[in-house]
Amino acid sequence: MENKSKTGFMLERRAVVHRILRDRGEAAVVTGIGNAVHDVASAGDNEKNMYLAGVMGGAVMVAFGIALGQLERRVLVITGDGELLAGIGSLAIIGVEKPKNLSIIVIDNEAYGATGNQQTHTGRGVDLVGIAKASGISNASLITNPLELEKGIPSFFQDPGPYFSVVKVGTKSSPRINAPKDGTYVSRRFRAAMTGKNF
Amino acid sequence: MVQTIRDNWSSEVFYVLKEAKVKQIAYVPDAGHTNLIKKAVSDNEVRAIALTSEQEGVALLAGAWLGGEGGALLMQSSGVGNVINMLGMANECRFPLLMLITMRGEWAEFNPWQVPMGQATENVLSAIGVIVHRANDTSKISETVKAAANLAFEAGRMVAVLIGQRAVGVKDWSK
Repeated sequence: MENKSKTGFMLERRAVVHRILRDRGEAAVVTGIGNAVHDVASAGDNEKNMYLAGVMGGAVMVAFGIALGQLERRVLVITGDGELLAGIGSLAIIGVEKPKNLSIIVIDNEAYGATGNQQTHTGRGVDLVGIAKASGISNASLITNPLELEKGIPSFFQDPGPYFSVVKVGTKSSPRINAPKDGTYVSRRFRAAMTGKNF
Repeated sequence: MVQTIRDNWSSEVFYVLKEAKVKQIAYVPDAGHTNLIKKAVSDNEVRAIALTSEQEGVALLAGAWLGGEGGALLMQSSGVGNVINMLGMANECRFPLLMLITMRGEWAEFNPWQVPMGQATENVLSAIGVIVHRANDTSKISETVKAAANLAFEAGRMVAVLIGQRAVGVKDWSK
């Protein structure tokens, strides 16, 4: 799980995501675009995964819409820092609406990993945990090492939401895999898993 | 500023939304939607969600459908410019989507800055694959919303109802 990289953070993104998903149970997972899709899908494709493979800034709100209709289920966002920054207003909404069953996990490599590792604003001083807290999401944590990760994971799934965590990882992207990319397929499969209805 | 809002339609439209099992109503405030937003906020069966930008509403309602609920997005025509890329997701995933859009930049507009987006609204929605209905007469708004809700939720399409500036009334900043 350790990795020397430009950011100097020791955690490796794919290992982190796989470790989190080991404890998912019946949770629904919404991914952001880019590496998050591949990190989640490579842990094993799952009908309760909604891969948002082609849009920036929508993952938190998609997950919130799901959470409102699935009150008994934990809904987990796994996204990157670039994707979250593109929809940063979402945190204001979550801070106001306070969905109890929503957790937002940001895999923060401080870079746009899919486009050539250009630095994001989190690598230049912007503090996402601070923004989340200031938006009214009081249960927010920063994770930078394996010990903190192990300590944090039960909170992702059990703490009253909204829960927010930034996991700082190295900039190295993991290999791409053949994640399902047909939106109609993934979305209908997901909805059927949520509702028990095929239409 | 005084706005003469002609609103003999919001009660009927809200009833249509309730009948269509809409549970999540997302909005960026607009004068023309004032009464509809008030109804949504005060209804216990509906979750009214204020947005910071319109694209969040498209994403929210994608999630609503994925989780088994219906929703509607209320905004002004100027907000349409903010949602186009997010509508690409709704198009690719063929998410049902119902949008009620009050128009600016057309009938008797006084603010020139509203005109470019208002005039482009119908074209850009069509270009990204949204079916566009128009209601310029207050007596036709609720039946148009009802037809649009069917097309959205039963036929699984993105549908926008453009509520004409002639129907909602014109702002008068001199009063």
